[in-house]
Amino acid sequence: MGMLDPLKGFKLTFKQIFEPRVTSPYPVRKRPKPARFHGRHVLNRYEDGMEKCIGCELCAGVCPADCIYVRGADNPADAPVSPGERYGFVYEINYLRCIHCDLCVEACPTGAITESKMFEFSFTDRNDAIYTKAELVVDDDGEPRHQPWEDWREGDDALTSGWMRATSPSGMAAAEGRAQWSADLGYGRRAPEKGQSDLPEADATEDLSVRKVAASKIPRRLGGRVR
Amino acid sequence: MTGVLAVTVPDLATFVVAGAVVLASAIGVVVARNPVHSALFLVATLFGVAVLFVEQQAEFLAAVQVIVYAGAIVVLFLFVIMLLGVDRPEGLARDPLRGQRPLGAVLVLVSLAEILALARLHWATGHGTAGSTGGASGNVAALGRSVFTAYLLPFEITSALLIIAVVGAVVLARRPHRVSQQQYGARDERMVATERSGTGRSGTEPSGTGRSGT
Amino acid sequence: MTPALLVSGDPVALGRATIVVVAIVVVKALLAFGMLMTAVALMIWFERKLISDMQNRVGPNRAGPFGLLQTMADGIKLMFKEDLLPEGADRATFRLAPFLSTVPAFLSFAIVPVGGVVHLFGYTTELQVADPPIGILFLLAMSGVAVYGLMLAGWSSGSKYPLLGSVRASAQMVSYEAAMGLSVAAVVLVTGSLSTRAIVQAQAAHIWDWNLVRLAVIPFVIFLAAATAELNRPPFDLVEGDSELVGGFNTEYSSMRFGLFYLAEFMSTITMSAVIVTLFLGGPDGPVIHLPLLNWLMPIGWFFLKTLAFLFFYVWLRAALPRLRYDQLMDLGWKVLIPAALGWLIVIAGFRVGRVTGLVTFAVAIVVGAGMARAFAVGQVRNRDPATSSSTSGDFR
Repeated sequence: MGMLDPLKGFKLTFKQIFEPRVTSPYPVRKRPKPARFHGRHVLNRYEDGMEKCIGCELCAGVCPADCIYVRGADNPADAPVSPGERYGFVYEINYLRCIHCDLCVEACPTGAITESKMFEFSFTDRNDAIYTKAELVVDDDGEPRHQPWEDWREGDDALTSGWMRATSPSGMAAAEGRAQWSADLGYGRRAPEKGQSDLPEADATEDLSVRKVAASKIPRRLGGRVR
Repeated sequence: MTGVLAVTVPDLATFVVAGAVVLASAIGVVVARNPVHSALFLVATLFGVAVLFVEQQAEFLAAVQVIVYAGAIVVLFLFVIMLLGVDRPEGLARDPLRGQRPLGAVLVLVSLAEILALARLHWATGHGTAGSTGGASGNVAALGRSVFTAYLLPFEITSALLIIAVVGAVVLARRPHRVSQQQYGARDERMVATERSGTGRSGTEPSGTGRSGT
Repeated sequence: MTPALLVSGDPVALGRATIVVVAIVVVKALLAFGMLMTAVALMIWFERKLISDMQNRVGPNRAGPFGLLQTMADGIKLMFKEDLLPEGADRATFRLAPFLSTVPAFLSFAIVPVGGVVHLFGYTTELQVADPPIGILFLLAMSGVAVYGLMLAGWSSGSKYPLLGSVRASAQMVSYEAAMGLSVAAVVLVTGSLSTRAIVQAQAAHIWDWNLVRLAVIPFVIFLAAATAELNRPPFDLVEGDSELVGGFNTEYSSMRFGLFYLAEFMSTITMSAVIVTLFLGGPDGPVIHLPLLNWLMPIGWFFLKTLAFLFFYVWLRAALPRLRYDQLMDLGWKVLIPAALGWLIVIAGFRVGRVTGLVTFAVAIVVGAGMARAFAVGQVRNRDPATSSSTSGDFR
């Protein structure tokens, strides 16, 4: 190192004062989250207000962290909660145990449980960690309920993981636009996103046995069959 | 600045306080169990003496006293005390050599009697010698002049003594007799050979009794 | 010693020193204290913001507008922390050490001339807390006492890392005090007096009367380097760098005791910048507009600007340079700065005796500086190359 090399260091640091800062102003502005981001769970309802959860306990069964507690009960005849025979009478998720793996979302047959993109919820009391059904179910507008310590931002309840998976065509152009199950947050069904598959439009078909047709186009090494 | 210093209330108060600090700290140096505390009391003593110097209008000497004595020499004392691990408290109850305390008391009384006899029972000394220095810049000039004219020989001898001390310390602290390059190389090869043969004895160093020093 | 004799020389009793004088002294001291504390708080903020600017990040911006109250928030947090006294610690010394570091930092600012001369209530007073005839030696004395704070802090903590850190710190400070003293000696040589007011007045005529120019820059550079090492500031902050010996001497300190060390460090930084300005840049010297209020306000402004420039430089130094290793640090102090300072002192003395000033000094400075740089460079190369080296310390080179 020559005698004047420290001066180069001085010049560089001085120049940096006028360069833009690279710090992102969290929590004023947060980075946009990826589409299938796993956040806090939400229990969904149909458009007519009935809950989608039928109390089958598949989510509790698949959960690797053992954080879901479900107890089903028979739907009262005069005021059914869910379409079907049973509904989730007790539904609790312990967020001190949840690892946000979304296996419960995959397991749910009715698309009752999906995960939103909101993950910045830090409670100060351990009892607040156990979210009950009343806190998890969407409200009458189809919006997730906000707890006081949660930090919901724009877009956290849109395009949730369940919906993305439900409407992903798995690479087949024919399946694009078709929801495989109805796991979208809130009410009803949102339009699926176009352009998820990269197969040409010519291979698209309305035939629901689309797997058989497209399989011939999938190379053998990926599991397809060549005619 | 008058020729003869009139003793004023602030002067008296400063003298009493500084004198008390000097005496108490000096006693503390001797009495403290922990050598580090003794050194700190020494610093307090030196500060008290510096205040007394300022009182006598010898500010330069006061500053130099603090810079050199309190700021460097006692720091060196403390280095030695801390690093050599002699900072553990010692009990003062028992003397290693017998009869030291009575002998000490006798000697104190004899010295005091001697001082009083020589001073012919005059308590105040130095009266009238201060006050003609003409301010502190005159302080430096007067000091410089006397060091380079009247007291030149002691000054030069002291500086020579200091240089000898520094050189001696550096020589004594050097590493022992160095090995030449060739022997270095041969030693390296021997070490590699013994490592390969698996004895590994030449690689280990004796772990001496580590001194914690704290 | 009659009461009459006792009172006869007393300035207050005689009416020579009225209550106004006492009040002025007290007010000056309190003002300096308040100014210094505020300056420390702002300096900490300034350093954090500027360093983050240089590192392309934002720095504190949550506590107060632009993060200005961050220092206060940190101070309050420190006050609420638990005050630990380690078990193996020497209690009295552990408690004493922060004050031995802080008090000299406070006191050193007393000799710094902040402005010119002011007329108040019929009394003329200098804008300086104290102007003893041995002004600049007081600074050196206080630097010497500050060494005790660090040394005792490390030893009294009762654990190994602080002891090592404090021994290194005090050895570093003592080494660089010598270089500092020698460059101050060069300043005193051309000024003819130790008083800071006299030093400032001797530089007051033109910008080429500043000691920076009169002494041809070399004592300024030496003093700057020595002061930075004295303050334990980067790049000489091995003793308290976080990646080094944990926290160095202040590892075991928590709460306000640590706060005092932190305070002392920044206070010393400000004081040392002010002293550099006083010694080499003429203090409050600068063009003055002769209007009633601006008369004494502008020198304060000039002093403030120059000190700010040096505080900026210290932060810049921190951002730009990596930390010096301890042996590099000691080499620099003993083998480069002290010989350079001594040599230049002799050269300046020669100029004074020969009554030669001006550009000749600069020319000689360049020649001598180049020669010394060449000598040091050759020395370094010789040390590194084992073939030409005659020393055995080739283990780690």
